[in-house]
Amino acid sequence: MGSEVPGVDGMSTADFLLELRSEEIPARMQAGARADLEKLFRREMEAAGLAVGALTIWSTPRRLTLIARGLPLATEAVREETKGPRTSAPEQALEGFLRKTGLAKDQLTERDGVWFAVVEKPGRAAADVLAEAIPAIIRAFPWPKSQRWGAASLQPDSLRWVRPLSGIVALLGGEVVPCEIGGIHSGRTTMGHRFHHSGEIVIDDVDDYAAKLREAHVIVDHATREAIVREGARKAAADAGLVLVEDEGLVIENAGLTEWPVPLLGRFDEAFLEVPPEVIQLTARVNQKYFICRDSAGQLANAFVCTANIAAHDGGAMIVAGNRKVLAARLSDARFFWEQDKKTSLAAQAEKLARITFHEKLGTVADKVARVAKLAEWLAAEGVVPGCDPAQARLAAELCKADLVTEMVGEFPELQGLMGGYYARAEGLPDAVADAIRDHYKPVGQGDDVPTAPVTVAVALADKLDTLAGFFAIDEKPTGSKDPFALRRAALGVIQILLAGKVRCNLTAVLRNAIASVFASVLDRAVAGDVNFAIYIEKIGKLQPHPALPTDEFTARIADFTAELGDFEIKLEPYSELALDFLRTAPAVVANTPAALVAFFADRLKVQQREAGVRHDLIDAVFALGNEDDLVRLLARVHALQAFVGTEDGVNLIAGYKRAANILKKEEYAPLAADYEPEPAEAALGASLDAAEPRAEAAVAAEDFTAAMAALASLRAPIDAFFESVTVNDADPAKRAGRLGLLDRFRAAVHKVADFSRIEG
Amino acid sequence: MADTANTSAEPLSVQDMILALHAYWGAKGCLILQPYDMRMGAGTFHPATTLRALGPQPWNAAYVQPSRRPTDGRYGENPNRLQHYYQYQVIMKPSPPDLQALYLGSLAAIGIDPLLHDIRFVEDDWESPTLGAWGLGWEVWCDGMEVTQFTYFQQMGGFDCKPVAGELTYGLERLAMYIQGVDNVYDLKFNDHGVSYGDVFLENERQMSTWNFEVADTETLFEGFRRAEAECRKALEAGVPIAAYEQAIEASHLFNLLQARGVISVQERASYMGRVRDLARGSCEGYMEKYRPEWEAKFPGWTA
Repeated sequence: MGSEVPGVDGMSTADFLLELRSEEIPARMQAGARADLEKLFRREMEAAGLAVGALTIWSTPRRLTLIARGLPLATEAVREETKGPRTSAPEQALEGFLRKTGLAKDQLTERDGVWFAVVEKPGRAAADVLAEAIPAIIRAFPWPKSQRWGAASLQPDSLRWVRPLSGIVALLGGEVVPCEIGGIHSGRTTMGHRFHHSGEIVIDDVDDYAAKLREAHVIVDHATREAIVREGARKAAADAGLVLVEDEGLVIENAGLTEWPVPLLGRFDEAFLEVPPEVIQLTARVNQKYFICRDSAGQLANAFVCTANIAAHDGGAMIVAGNRKVLAARLSDARFFWEQDKKTSLAAQAEKLARITFHEKLGTVADKVARVAKLAEWLAAEGVVPGCDPAQARLAAELCKADLVTEMVGEFPELQGLMGGYYARAEGLPDAVADAIRDHYKPVGQGDDVPTAPVTVAVALADKLDTLAGFFAIDEKPTGSKDPFALRRAALGVIQILLAGKVRCNLTAVLRNAIASVFASVLDRAVAGDVNFAIYIEKIGKLQPHPALPTDEFTARIADFTAELGDFEIKLEPYSELALDFLRTAPAVVANTPAALVAFFADRLKVQQREAGVRHDLIDAVFALGNEDDLVRLLARVHALQAFVGTEDGVNLIAGYKRAANILKKEEYAPLAADYEPEPAEAALGASLDAAEPRAEAAVAAEDFTAAMAALASLRAPIDAFFESVTVNDADPAKRAGRLGLLDRFRAAVHKVADFSRIEG
Repeated sequence: MADTANTSAEPLSVQDMILALHAYWGAKGCLILQPYDMRMGAGTFHPATTLRALGPQPWNAAYVQPSRRPTDGRYGENPNRLQHYYQYQVIMKPSPPDLQALYLGSLAAIGIDPLLHDIRFVEDDWESPTLGAWGLGWEVWCDGMEVTQFTYFQQMGGFDCKPVAGELTYGLERLAMYIQGVDNVYDLKFNDHGVSYGDVFLENERQMSTWNFEVADTETLFEGFRRAEAECRKALEAGVPIAAYEQAIEASHLFNLLQARGVISVQERASYMGRVRDLARGSCEGYMEKYRPEWEAKFPGWTA
């Protein structure tokens, strides 16, 4: 109905500066704040019709700055024209139009016998737009956490900001854009460095802003400060003959904590170097935000680089001395933990895991460890993980979570695994065991190292499989974006380990074991921890705690047991109530969960392989066979399939397959003995099938999937010829049945390799 | 900012540091209060902070509060850890616009030159589930060491702070160790006449660590906790929330002692903390209820 007519062209422009000054903004929020400031500014300007070009956004701990170059001085005038009824139309039509537009008849324009309502909206001055936009941006700012402050906070709706907002500079073309929010009026004055400068700084316009601040010891461009920290820390290390351990996270954090960054190198007592280097690095990094250095041999050096916010009168000597003292106190705590922890064996530590709940339905961490140990031992003993000593796998698994109760991991949770490895080596355990303890959480993401050492592989797999089996068994599956137990990551980890190490196993069988093991463990715990429950089980005489890895027989016994539970009268402890509920569901869960988990793995595999360019529909086509859950073989099959479907033979075979499948879907037939003279193409297809079927089967069995594809390719010409010259739907029911039977054989032969109905396109 | 800077070359003793802070904050309009005469874990528990943070009336106060953390006791053998130490506490309500500058002035007053030492405001939000309180602010670093907790209270006792109070909590021993350049708390000079911190407190630390960890009769402590809980409820029913709050302080400290005696299991811990929280919150609610009509009359537009 409306149309917009542009107003006057050739608008003049000016540069706009906005500085929002506040008390110290947390370093971690500054990058997000810059992005939000840009987004909100663009949104406001767009809504008002002011064209915005490139923006410059800066941050320091005490200010957020936005510079918009070449902002139009006014929005364009807008002329809106609405078409109305013809002048010859009845009076009622005109009345309706006037009502709608809110105009009187003499305000309408007539053109070619039609009424038009024309509304002219003059352009608005950019300064007016900005004066409204600035308070709107501040009010809408999405800080992760915000606060109220000062006398105004007597009122509940007082202004919120990340920390108290203290000043606004708003200049358009050097003129103040007057606005006010929460009692703060915009102006042209700002403040310099907290300690290197006193008094106000008057800003003329965009162009002198950064320079004037620099004179006042404020480097307003965060990227410049980051470069100073990066280069300065490198140089400080180099000047001491050392190499800085680069850490971009620390660069950004230190730049976010300073307006005038000055990297300074200090030394700590060499005696602390007996503490594992990762501990020193973490202490320095997390608690103090220091960089660390290595010597020319690559060993951790007794040096740190801190970043001061001042150019101190004494060159920083006192600052370094103070920081050295703080670090020394931290490192002596760390050394205390290190020495304290070494006094207790990992086996003794592991006993304390019985006090930590893993999940209320899945028992303690000790329960989990017992399951993981059984599974790891089994994976080794069954040869799933080749070359793995079952006893070592069991030992490593039993100790793999012990470091969770050490002082060091209590202090630095991110050192879990790593410290266990150190403590294992310190108490003289074999390297393979120590390595497995250290690395069993791996891989923790797509980029992480994937373990390949046999003992590590066994423990890492067992830990993840148990987690997956447990949470699926209690129906805590990931949904949408929610994955509180990181099950997707665990499944991905399993996939990466299996593929990287070419670890062969039938996933379903392994998962069934893991799930049954979860039930056995819950039962063990209920029996051990609850007198009533134990008495009852004894009375029933059906179930004993299971030392060996449970089997299908166990599931059957649980089914019997739960059937007899009936209305069990003895008052149960809360845990047993949970256990009972859980056990009642056991048979169904053990029966259904492996398939659900394999489907979950299939999804993860598709996501994981997407990057490698593997088609998800081909993965589906192989999974759909229902008999392929060895991921290594599955992927080899998918690779061969993907190569094949790209060939002319492949494309045509798919077409032939789909045609055959469609006919079979539509037609019903009963197999009849084919006592008629087959046509040549029919006979040829039969003969080809006779030859191809055993070839494909043998090739699949030998895991030569390229040969299996070649066997299928040999069917392409005969199937094409068959469709070319043979009428399936013959009037003779015998012929019809015989030909449908042939097509069914063809489909079955193809299905020996993959379910082609899943292939897209 | 440097108007009251300590310019003498000799670093301040512990007691002179306290006197300098008293003089500084007194001159800035704070009441100089004395420590509360009860055992408590932090200066924030003092009713001059907890209860006075509630409601609309202005309140500016500074005081030293002995703080007891039984589980931090080390029998006098650790140079940094004490079961009894001092916090210097400043509360200003509403938070003045120049609170950061005022704070930095106080550092200058005790002899810290901000162009020789690196003073930094590092994000650190504060929360006390026990008091139903939280706020945003920083830990203030001096050359990498945390010397003060700086907080803008947002909630206390489950109530939004209207207006917001600014709270400063200085760790006095830490600050003194820093200023005096000593590595062991017991080596601090308490005054300028030869008395050390150790002379005053070392034996206390030894004996109190022993009592906290080994001697205190747990049945008496449990009984005390139950009595404080009952007394708190009685006081609330009688409409004397300040008395109720004292019992909440008492219960909180007895819980800390029970923790030090190692007789509260992980599962029980949460339940005891919940009970203390209920007492503290109940007292804050009682306090709010009692003064609400008066405050609403005096401060038009204010609502709890």
